[in-house]
Amino acid sequence: MRLKSTVVIGAVLGCLSFSSAFAQEEPQSARQAQMKVVGQSMKELGAIAKGEKPYDGAAVKAALEGVSTSMKAFPDQFPAGTETGMETEAAPAIWEKTDDFRAKSDKLAAEADTLLASVPADQAGVGAAMKALGATCGDCHETYRLKR
Amino acid sequence: MALRWTRILGAGAAVVAVGVAAAWFLTKPAPLPEDSWAGLGEPDLARGETLFWVGGCAGCHAAKGATGDAVKVMSGGLPLTSPFGTFHVPNISSDPNAGIGAWTLAEFGNAMLRGVGKGGEHLYPSFPYTSYARMSPEDVNNLFGYMKTLPASSNVAPPHELGFPYNIRATLGGWKFLFFNSEPWVDLASADEKLQRGQFLVEGPGHCGECHTPRNALGGLEAGQWLAGGPNPEGEGRIPNITPGSRSVGSWSEGDLVNYFQTGFTPDYDSVGGSMVEVQKNLSHLSQGDLEAIAAYLKAVPERQ
Ligand code: HEC
Ligand code: HEC
Ligand code: HEC
Repeated sequence: MRLKSTVVIGAVLGCLSFSSAFAQEEPQSARQAQMKVVGQSMKELGAIAKGEKPYDGAAVKAALEGVSTSMKAFPDQFPAGTETGMETEAAPAIWEKTDDFRAKSDKLAAEADTLLASVPADQAGVGAAMKALGATCGDCHETYRLKR
Repeated sequence: MALRWTRILGAGAAVVAVGVAAAWFLTKPAPLPEDSWAGLGEPDLARGETLFWVGGCAGCHAAKGATGDAVKVMSGGLPLTSPFGTFHVPNISSDPNAGIGAWTLAEFGNAMLRGVGKGGEHLYPSFPYTSYARMSPEDVNNLFGYMKTLPASSNVAPPHELGFPYNIRATLGGWKFLFFNSEPWVDLASADEKLQRGQFLVEGPGHCGECHTPRNALGGLEAGQWLAGGPNPEGEGRIPNITPGSRSVGSWSEGDLVNYFQTGFTPDYDSVGGSMVEVQKNLSHLSQGDLEAIAAYLKAVPERQ
């Protein structure tokens, strides 16, 4: 179980670094892949917080690393000219309030780094971590993501 | 000849006069009878609080970006942009001068259920009384009781900035005549208590259809497309379909829906976004039972693609 979750996140992260090695990759797909890692990591943590999976320190750490790494790269994936295309759900506000968007991105990365500094040690700790990380998602999606 | 014209013109004028009178009669502000508000007794504040959260009053009437306890200060001032111009949401805090602290239950009730303001004027449907009208006078009494417990604010919102003819409140009478009623949106033949509660919460105070149902050219909800989603009337993007035919929530279980309302996470751990963020924050204050009722109702409405 432990091995599996670690491997899954590791594999997704692996793909991420693999794909960014190819400079041709469209920023739209890069940022969507980063968000997928964030979602997948939250799914891992959520399963532990809800008791659907047993506590597993290595999986928790891998999930937090997934969030941290993705969010550090995320705000650089919005160069001019990528406002549309590849079914992006990025909202125009990203290019209007760039600083605020970056700040919200950094906030999530920082939350993940704080948690990594002392990895939650049990189910309740993971639950609290979910809350801390989860509050940032809607806060950004409210303004910067648009379902089309 | 001259006589004939006079007669025709006279008859025409009479017809027009009758028409205007009938139009005025059909479209004038129509408060509820005064005795609707009698004998309701002490308000149940807990029920009132539930109506406050599901009704999303804070989403429009609190200051922009308010968090924590500040979301309970109904100071108004938020600008709402629309194709007709900008509305500035009024102060409905318990302040007796700037807010509605000095309003009677009947005045508050006529605003909530009839879209009629304190001065007897039509209110704009940017205030979703078109849904709130499905509440009862008892509900209004409970809600009003709860609103009185909220802090006062002396803020005064600027007047609306609307183009002609939308700036004339009398024109709202025609719109209300066409689109304003308190009938159920869907007919749930064998609705048990839980489904009925869900129907009340969604169609009434929750005003979910105001965003999730597409509108016709005149701004009325399309009855045949109840909760089917459509273009976002406030700007870019789309509002999702939330009927059982939805490409996204169609496959969610009732438990998934309840979890989304409580945490903002979809079953895939995607996160709520757009204007639903505010709605979800408000819904997270509801009891498990009420959220289950909402989920059950969403699973029971007609399927739309
Ligand atoms: C700084 C802003 C920001 C934060 C914080 C953020 N997101 Fe996102 N998210 C976005 C944007 C923008 C998109 C749309 C990207 C695109 O389509 O180009 C998105 C898309 C997504 C997607 C869809 C990815 C896909 O294309 O399949 C998921 C899942 C997601 N986010 C989950 C989360 C979760 C869970 C959190 C919190 C732990 C979170 N996001 C935090 C901005 C953010
Ligand atoms: C979608 C935004 C929105 C929501 C949600 C909303 N309101 Fe309002 N409300 C408005 C607007 C806009 C007006 C002004 C209408 C007008 O000027 O005709 C208003 C007016 C009112 C008025 C009349 C105030 C006056 O001075 O005439 C009352 C009372 C009121 N709202 C109560 C509520 C309550 C209680 C709730 C929650 C159950 C609520 N509103 C939810 C937007 C909203
Ligand atoms: C102010 C407009 C508004 C109101 C009112 C509103 N919604 Fe939403 N709703 C949205 C938007 C916009 C989305 C898309 C959220 C996103 O981008 O993640 C949404 C998404 C949803 C979803 C998830 C759909 C999906 O495909 O991800 C559900 C379920 C939902 N709403 C239910 C409700 C219910 C129940 C109510 C009433 C209690 C309600 N909504 C009221 C705007 C609204």
